[in-house]
Amino acid sequence: MFGILRTLWLTFLHMGHRRVTVGYPEHKPPLPPRYRGRIILSRDPDGMERCVACNLCAVACPVDCISLQKAEQDGRWYPDYFRINFSRCIFCGMCEEACPTYAIQLTPDFEMSEYLRPNLVYEKEDLLISGTGKYPDYSFFRVAGVKIPGKDKGEAEREAPPVDIHTLLP
Amino acid sequence: MTVPMPLIIGVTLAVLLGLATFLTWFERRLLGLWQDRYGPNRVGPGGILQAVADGVKILFKQDWIPPFADRGVFVLAPAIGMMTVLLSFGVVPVTAFWSIAGNLNVGLLFVLAMMGMGVYGVVLAGWASNSKYALLGGMRAAAQMISYEVFMGLSVLGVVMQAGSFSMRDIVLAQSGLWFIVPQVLGCMVFMLAGVAETHRLPFDLPEGENELGAGFHTEYSGMKFGMFFLAEYAGVVLISALLATLYLGGWQGPLLPPPLWFGLKTGALVCLFILLRAALPRPRYDQLMALGWKILLPLSLLNIAATGAILLLHAPG
Ligand code: SF4
Ligand code: SF4
Repeated sequence: MFGILRTLWLTFLHMGHRRVTVGYPEHKPPLPPRYRGRIILSRDPDGMERCVACNLCAVACPVDCISLQKAEQDGRWYPDYFRINFSRCIFCGMCEEACPTYAIQLTPDFEMSEYLRPNLVYEKEDLLISGTGKYPDYSFFRVAGVKIPGKDKGEAEREAPPVDIHTLLP
Repeated sequence: MTVPMPLIIGVTLAVLLGLATFLTWFERRLLGLWQDRYGPNRVGPGGILQAVADGVKILFKQDWIPPFADRGVFVLAPAIGMMTVLLSFGVVPVTAFWSIAGNLNVGLLFVLAMMGMGVYGVVLAGWASNSKYALLGGMRAAAQMISYEVFMGLSVLGVVMQAGSFSMRDIVLAQSGLWFIVPQVLGCMVFMLAGVAETHRLPFDLPEGENELGAGFHTEYSGMKFGMFFLAEYAGVVLISALLATLYLGGWQGPLLPPPLWFGLKTGALVCLFILLRAALPRPRYDQLMALGWKILLPLSLLNIAATGAILLLHAPG
């Protein structure tokens, strides 16, 4: 009996409490930088595409919503097309974790409603941004041992020149 | 001063239906306030046009009668529910001069009779829907409302004894010195609880019981027939509040302010209390509800009658 009255009184006192609702379209809720929202493809500091079309993100994706095709130019791999179906994406961030080159990143933006479902399929043109995203200094090809124009084997950062196997001959 | 009867009836009806519609919005806003959120606040200033939007929406909804339902009774049930509540208002005196039949000499009995009829609205709805959840809801409603009607009738007897009349007007006039809530506090509590059960409002909304019965007795209803049940429920809340104000809080009487305002204030405050009950309390189990009724409220109201009678006899002149 007393408990019931106390409940009533405490609920009544809530009249003076601050409301927890955020009136969304007028007041945007603060999103932390690591919020998992709309996905982007970033570029390295030289302005080249970071994605090397390794397909790891597509494999990691639990709902199989990433689709891409490899192309190659001067030793650099890059995606010919890169397609994310956001009507399936669950924004789990697995793709970002799987990516060896920091290319694919999730951003604090969730306002991507569409009236037509096909509009939720983002192509590479929609995904690719001109900046580096969360990792400003990282460039995969500068640390990887792959040969690209302007950088031969053994010239990457912290990489020793390759062993000349011919000198090992007796 | 006499006001023409058609005018009184028209105004009462308009105010009541308007109030019931308004309450559908007001309750949600108030619940929001007490639960630290907003409630509907988008349509119109403060969201008040939400009631209109809901009304328009529900009017244009498909009015579906399930093929397995008993058509005639299915249509009749919401009308009964609505009608009995509206008729009860006939005997509630807003002021000494403004009431449809405020000095009907069996006023209180009429209200109780109408509430007894109101059970049919719910039970028939459950029965005619011809589906198990609706039937379970209707069955609960029958048991709950009939048993709570018993204490409701018994609890107001104290008031009747003190006022010496069944007429609502006389009851109010008898409270010019002291409101009946003071000597009849026990009766008032029982009446209030019975009123909540009678309008099957939360926390006593077992006939609806969303989480176990779908929507209880009105599971199969849609469109404006559902809307009728809804409005009848809110009109019922206003009715019980108005009755409480009349029977225990001195009706239109009060200092300074004009009588209609006093009546409105008391009724409004009680309506808010009803909503607070909904905001704060969980629904009891069905057997707890029945146990509360028969094992606590019934003895209490009988005790109230006996005590009131004894005291009245002791103080009786001669
Ligand atoms: S966030 Fe998850 S679901 Fe979305 S593309 Fe990446 S891995 Fe797939
Ligand atoms: S985005 Fe990353 S993981 Fe996906 S294909 Fe490109 S490099 Fe590989």
